[in-house]
Amino acid sequence: MSDVAHADGHHDVHEGTGIDNRKLGMWVFLSSEFMFFGALISNYMLFKGRDYSAFMPTGQSVLLPRGLYDIPFTSVSSFVLLMSSLTMVLAHDALVSGDQNRTRVWLAATGMLGSVFIGGQVFEFTEFVQQGMTISSNPAASAFFMLTGFHGAHVFFGILMLLSLYGISKRQGGLTEVQGLNVELVGLYWHFVDIIWIVIFTIVYLIP
Amino acid sequence: MATTASRSGARTIFRRPDSNTGFWGWITTADHKKIGIMYGYTAFIFFILGGLEALLLRIQLSQPDNVFLSASEYNAMFTMHGTTMIFLFVMPVSAAFFNYLLPLMIGARDVAFPRMNAVSYWIFVFGGIFLYSSFVFGTTGPPVGGNLAETASRLGSGPNGGWFGYAPNSGLRFSSGTVMDYWSIGLQILGLASLISSINFIVTVFNMRAKGMKLLRMPVFVWMTTVVAFLLLFSLPIIAVALFMITFDRNVGTLFFDPSMGGDPILWQHFFWLFGHPEVYILILPAMGIVSEVLPTFSRKPLFGYPAVVFAGAAIGFMGFGVWAHHMFASGVTPITQAAFGLSTMAIAIPTGIKIFNWIGTIWGGKIKLNTPMLFSLGFVGMFVIGGLSGVTHSIVPADWQQTDTYYIVAHFHYVLFGGAIFGLFSGLYYWFPKLTGRMYSEALGKLHFWVFFVGFNLTFGPMHWLGLNGMVRRTWVYAEETGLGPWNMAVTVGAFIIALGVLIFMINWTWSKRNGPIAPFDPWDARTLEWTLPSPTPEYNFAVNPVITSLDDFWHKKYSEDADGRPVRRPEATALLAEYEEVGLNPPEPIHLPNPSYYPFLVGAGMPMVGYGLIYDNTAWGIPLLLLGAVTIVGSFIGWGVEPLEEPHADHHSDEPGHEHPGTDGEGS
Amino acid sequence: MTRRSWIGIALASSLFTACASGGPMDSLDPQGPIATDIDGLFRLTLNIATVIFVLVTGALLYATIRFRDRGDRTPEPKQVEGNARFEVIWTVIPVLILASIAVPTVDRIFKYTSCADDALHIEVTGHQWWFEYNYPDDGFSTANVLVIPTDAEICLDMTSDDVIHNYWVPKLNGKRYLVPGQATVLLLRADEPGEYWGQCAEFCGLSHAKMRARVIAMDPDDYADWLSSQQRPASMPADGTIEQEGMNLFLGGQCVSCHNISGVTASNPALATGSIYGPDLTHFSSRDVFAGATLNHDDPGAIESWIDNPPLIKPGSFMPNIDLTQQEIEALAAYLRSLD
Repeated sequence: MSDVAHADGHHDVHEGTGIDNRKLGMWVFLSSEFMFFGALISNYMLFKGRDYSAFMPTGQSVLLPRGLYDIPFTSVSSFVLLMSSLTMVLAHDALVSGDQNRTRVWLAATGMLGSVFIGGQVFEFTEFVQQGMTISSNPAASAFFMLTGFHGAHVFFGILMLLSLYGISKRQGGLTEVQGLNVELVGLYWHFVDIIWIVIFTIVYLIP
Repeated sequence: MATTASRSGARTIFRRPDSNTGFWGWITTADHKKIGIMYGYTAFIFFILGGLEALLLRIQLSQPDNVFLSASEYNAMFTMHGTTMIFLFVMPVSAAFFNYLLPLMIGARDVAFPRMNAVSYWIFVFGGIFLYSSFVFGTTGPPVGGNLAETASRLGSGPNGGWFGYAPNSGLRFSSGTVMDYWSIGLQILGLASLISSINFIVTVFNMRAKGMKLLRMPVFVWMTTVVAFLLLFSLPIIAVALFMITFDRNVGTLFFDPSMGGDPILWQHFFWLFGHPEVYILILPAMGIVSEVLPTFSRKPLFGYPAVVFAGAAIGFMGFGVWAHHMFASGVTPITQAAFGLSTMAIAIPTGIKIFNWIGTIWGGKIKLNTPMLFSLGFVGMFVIGGLSGVTHSIVPADWQQTDTYYIVAHFHYVLFGGAIFGLFSGLYYWFPKLTGRMYSEALGKLHFWVFFVGFNLTFGPMHWLGLNGMVRRTWVYAEETGLGPWNMAVTVGAFIIALGVLIFMINWTWSKRNGPIAPFDPWDARTLEWTLPSPTPEYNFAVNPVITSLDDFWHKKYSEDADGRPVRRPEATALLAEYEEVGLNPPEPIHLPNPSYYPFLVGAGMPMVGYGLIYDNTAWGIPLLLLGAVTIVGSFIGWGVEPLEEPHADHHSDEPGHEHPGTDGEGS
Repeated sequence: MTRRSWIGIALASSLFTACASGGPMDSLDPQGPIATDIDGLFRLTLNIATVIFVLVTGALLYATIRFRDRGDRTPEPKQVEGNARFEVIWTVIPVLILASIAVPTVDRIFKYTSCADDALHIEVTGHQWWFEYNYPDDGFSTANVLVIPTDAEICLDMTSDDVIHNYWVPKLNGKRYLVPGQATVLLLRADEPGEYWGQCAEFCGLSHAKMRARVIAMDPDDYADWLSSQQRPASMPADGTIEQEGMNLFLGGQCVSCHNISGVTASNPALATGSIYGPDLTHFSSRDVFAGATLNHDDPGAIESWIDNPPLIKPGSFMPNIDLTQQEIEALAAYLRSLD
């Protein structure tokens, strides 16, 4: 039973948006997530421009995130994450055309690209810490790690959901769109996480 | 006749629970009405706890330099009184109303996500238990100087930084024990519960309305629920970020609020009140919705200016995000900020005024029946006028410099949240008591409850206005005799005990009437909204036949036409219609499939405190294992839930596609 | 409305303010020009609010009684769904009222948030749980009691050493935070000499209730005398007296690690490192009150009981109980009393 038929079936008894409950629920949830990241980004913006030299032990200079960015590196990992949105679309397309094998391949590819992004973030964090900027260096650094860390956690949960879909597909011999956890919902979430990253990358990394 | 699905083999980890009754029936239920009832009772238990805390506070303050409570006990009591009443009583009891009534009022058989609804409830329960477990396991830690005449008692080992948790006092340096971790993580858990239910309610309202229930035909209560859900949706992520910040400051080493490292303690206040002010409207709007149902019913008139009341509610919600800094007029924010927020605070009085005037317009010229729900609703309007007007005096910024952090503020928000929200909620409890139980409450006890409450309330919070203006500062466990504040404080304490007596009368009325009250007639109030077209107590499936709506107050118009004067005339067929509603309501013409119960919501909730304890005790041997166990429980339950269909395939259909055969059922997988 | 009903309303609202305690913290009994001005603005608002309250609750009560269900004698009501004209009226009238009080509000905000050029600056630092006052032009520090001249604008430059505090002397002005790491200002002005009570108004931890303040306003002449007396080093006790015994105890024990007595102690090491320290005691007994302005010098035994066990009086106090003997306590108390 396709989503459309489902919505039609409901039309008889309900007023409504015509959007599937779960999809509408995901949209509503993501609007809340926008506020969450909005608060995190504002927090970083508030702290990034302040002068922390008065709080440093004598002789030490302030290590701010913006002094340590490796823009080419982060551009590449951003590109990887962007591509994962494409593979996510392909996975959904494959499912709609009924090709369960291809769906699994693209789901796996999406998860893989997400993992590469996470790997890049782990590398970046390690690099920053080795250069001396930790979460306790100054509030701007705290805000940077908190913002990008929460984004990374969102990607991580996305990967978990992709893996679950992959596992369910293997076990059931295919996916349907009626189960609570389905490709379209995970796709929505995944695209959201990507969009947020574009915003973070622009505001945090690119704008001086 | 099958009203519940039969249980066929499930492909999940656990065998599906198969009892709709008894203990496990409650634990595993996905029925919005049962969840609503559980929300209500749980919230009421917390109401009693919060009330006992208030009584202890009042005993301590009844005379100058009293020694009934120690400083640490007093601080824990006022912190937990505020936290409890806001997060564990008013919010969840509003959620109880939403849960029970929202589907009934819009003509749905359940909420959009029945199991997610159960998840909200269980997360709330476990979050509340977690928060209160601070009294058992929490430590206050030594003060910075390390000098105490006595260590804190268990009563003094609750969270003690105020419900507002101002940094840096709530930070690790000045609160080195674990109690503020219990607070920040506990609120985080409770926020999650509210976030989940807000999503659920929004989707329910937008997708589950009965045929013909256009948005502007929804009862005002449903509208206010929707506004509240949006307020929660947009304000909870902000407090979530702020709570994460303080949790990380305390446990991970971030420096957001540490002024000695360039952090900014005032930033906490901005974040907190950017959530905290919408929160005030989250608390009051449900009560406004209830009052907007009760006043028309007992005046036998439609709500005066329905579109204006709806619009004013939405405007209050919207503007509620633009007034937060009026909590910070004394914090040294720039004069431009003070002026801007003073003006926006004045502006929010306008939609509030519209509501009050429209309520008076509603009862004006009516035929007013003064029974208990009506008394509470009228009391609400009266008390809210006082709270609203004292609110306007806060927008006079220089006057607020005098008033802020005094009992004048305490008086103001209790007039809004007790005289307002709680009077409204009690009005609703009496109004829908017959719906809930199928019996009538005792009108005599109900009226007694109202008058005892009314007197006690005004004796408690009225004098606080002048106590504040006379210099009584908030959150002080003692005050000097020379301040001359003793006599009024004693009056306030007496008032608090009168309120407690009122609560006792309510409890007696409730428990007695639930068993022994006279059987409620069908439609006991000659009401206007859809839930009264159902038998009481409401059957599990709510609507035997999906209703079709043709107007605002559809039920009323089915019973009454109007004569040339515009006065209602009972339709001759009304009595037969009610009999038919009752008959059909109990005997659905065709089978109705309902969501099956599930273990997973309970397990998701149970995992939350494990994660919480794990985070607090991560430096001990069992911290990390507990954290992982909690995480696995939560994630595992979500996955189990994700693959478990909402309704088990029905035995007499033999279909492999779950969700296929439920023509009239609202639940989609959730 | 008739003149008589206006008088009635003014009476009703003054009945409200007549509940003033006459106590030392009464904001309804303002003393300086700033507090009086703010009080005027509050009373204006209160009068308007009282009118609205009387009208609205009057209408509510009237409707409740007039339209209550008297059985068959009450006809079924007309089904009125709204009235656009009324609804516009009761939207516009509040707008006009609010606009009329918005103007003076904004004016006063700007007037009282910055100091005049010729204001007298005094630095206030909040500590858990006492206020420290520094007179930067005169080079001394005192605690708990703020002394100011009358008829002068006083500009308090405030900050905090630990958590957020809130400075409030109701009869002289509203409140302002003391924020660690940030600077705030508060204006004070007293016209009459006298003693004004204050209290920290923001929750600041365990002994928040015991963080009080006292402001003494003096004639300019008396103030000049007071200034010169405060600039003197501490009085030295005569040889062989109990006061001298107390001084030796003070210098030989833990007291000096936190407290400064000008001319007696070496420069305070705690002050230099910025760690926790206690009030400057050079002119301790010239101040009426001590221990966060909660105890009175004149009360017999007050100093003794404080020294004996400070955390008992002020829980969490940084000043510890150092198990002094009764004899030591008496000697220290005598010495402190001699520091005029």
